[in-house]
Amino acid sequence: MAAEAKTKYDRDFLTSVYKEMAFGRRFEERVNQAYQKGKFAGFCHLHIGQEAVCVGVQRALRPTDYMISGYRSHTQAISKGMDPKSVLSELFGKVDGCVRGKGGSMHMFSKEYRFLGGHGIVGGQTPIAAGVGFAIKYDKKDDIIVCYLGDGACNQGQFFEALNMAATWNLPVLYIIENNQYGMGTDFRRVTSVDRLSKRALAFDIDNSEVDGMDFLKVYEHVGPIVAKMRKKPKPYLLEVHTYRYRGHSVSDPAAYRTKDEVAQFQARDPIATLGEYLKKSKVATEEDLKTWDKEIKDRLTEIEAFADASPKPALSELWDNVFAD
Amino acid sequence: MALIQFREAIAQAMAEEMARDDRVFLLGEEVAQYNGAYKASKGLLDQFGASRVWDSPISEAGFAGLGVGAAMVGLRPIIEMMTWNFGIQGFDQIVNHAAKMCYMSGGQFNVPIVFRGPNGAAHMLGSQHSQSFDAMLTNVPGMKVISPSTPYDTKGLLKSAIRDNNPVIFLESEMMYGLKGEVPEGEYLIPIGVGDIKRAGEHVTIIAWNKMLHVAMAAAEQLASIGVSAEVLDPRTLQPLDEELIFSSVRKTHRLVIVDEGWDFAATSAQISDRVQRECFDDLDAPVVRVNSLFVPMPYAEDLEHAVLPTAERVVEAVKEVLYVG
Repeated sequence: MAAEAKTKYDRDFLTSVYKEMAFGRRFEERVNQAYQKGKFAGFCHLHIGQEAVCVGVQRALRPTDYMISGYRSHTQAISKGMDPKSVLSELFGKVDGCVRGKGGSMHMFSKEYRFLGGHGIVGGQTPIAAGVGFAIKYDKKDDIIVCYLGDGACNQGQFFEALNMAATWNLPVLYIIENNQYGMGTDFRRVTSVDRLSKRALAFDIDNSEVDGMDFLKVYEHVGPIVAKMRKKPKPYLLEVHTYRYRGHSVSDPAAYRTKDEVAQFQARDPIATLGEYLKKSKVATEEDLKTWDKEIKDRLTEIEAFADASPKPALSELWDNVFAD
Repeated sequence: MALIQFREAIAQAMAEEMARDDRVFLLGEEVAQYNGAYKASKGLLDQFGASRVWDSPISEAGFAGLGVGAAMVGLRPIIEMMTWNFGIQGFDQIVNHAAKMCYMSGGQFNVPIVFRGPNGAAHMLGSQHSQSFDAMLTNVPGMKVISPSTPYDTKGLLKSAIRDNNPVIFLESEMMYGLKGEVPEGEYLIPIGVGDIKRAGEHVTIIAWNKMLHVAMAAAEQLASIGVSAEVLDPRTLQPLDEELIFSSVRKTHRLVIVDEGWDFAATSAQISDRVQRECFDDLDAPVVRVNSLFVPMPYAEDLEHAVLPTAERVVEAVKEVLYVG
């Protein structure tokens, strides 16, 4: 164990954040390996490189807050509280999946943890989030909903309609644009009228800001006060987070539209390495600790994968379940 | 029995359900202060206040999505589309989100929502305001579709729709809002998926719904004068369809004409025809004949519009065809 910590943060807090981010990274790597081995198919969008965003935001929330996202949401679901076994089993199309094999990579859901999907229509989640905000206000609660979207979704009409309603009716929706710069293979600047996506809020008179998404502490410190303010006085907020996905849009995308230099520049600011350095510098952990934790994570993932492997496939009779609710 | 208009039946159903359950709210263009474009929500703002009756911006995709989100977390929205021609702006939210949510969340998030508004042609409104979307809407698993023809059916079915735990599409008609019919005092419900024989007969079955029911009734009257006894069957719900009622009527009359305001290609009537030829092949004494709108965008000019839509005269001709009489 390291000497007395030199940081304003609690040692256990920082340790658990680091482990969670490292777990997210290793989880997605394991997912990619399983995909390459042919364990599952379909679309598969990895979150590697964007770990500081989902963990930084989640740590500023409380369990009763809601979350909704797009199709790159494995690690967001896990951060929100969902069992990684249920996420990996879902990817494998098994009955222990969070939606019993009905959803796959793009459709993670948990009523218990208030994770409302996992949506595959770009931008479609944005008015749904407004509806959840509407319900929160209707019930006079002080929860909020985080709605993740990507830079690609920022040009969908529904997003503008959602922002207008959220602003007009003061709905407590925190729209977080994970700007990883590419909507699939298209640099957002080639198809977008603004260079800074936070400006999208200006047309709707919505409070907005930007933050570096490659650094957990920056994200966490930035989001905390925003959420606190939203709880006190419900209204929407638009946050643009500058981040980067190391991998292609999906596992089948070699990402030939960007340079190796560009990827390397972001990898040099890797969020997990950055936090690891902080932990070492502030005497929360040693290099040895980080290695030990990584080993523990890998062992845990081996167990998780074995669980998902062993989980049965859904029976054919389940095909007709849940078309309608009773 | 009180004699009330179709629009009053809608308002009564919504008012009774809103009084019964404070989770029910109404949202749509002009539904509150203006009392509804067709006055179908007259008096609701006064009775329930602005927290239950909401004027929306002109953003069908946006407020359809807002309704989906609110429904996912426990509210029971009634979303009014001023016309279904505008409603298809919200098709993404209805088809991709509302109809899929229960299934792709493994039953965790159902969407108790009603999307209601007028469908089909009114009078001389041109191509963009005169379409019947029955076939498109019934083609999607995960939602129910109701298309009533009388104030009595409307009230009882709309109340059931609001209580249903799934997305329900409720198709009305501009031309019928002023139509009067008898509605009893006190509460009653009509179950979704149950058709009704509007006129008993022996020689031929005519299936029709919504305002085509009235075209079919006029045709039946004309046919009676030439000694033909027509049975007029109103399915009332198109999805799920009351197939048993249809089959039993056809087994009695041995002849079937279907009147459907939708275009003929891949129409709801085509689906009914297919089911009947499959299940009642040996009972039929003539091929099923369908009377649909002609396969053109709706023209504006009065005579041209009249030529497109099913009329009692065309229905009488179709009946003569299945009876093999000149």
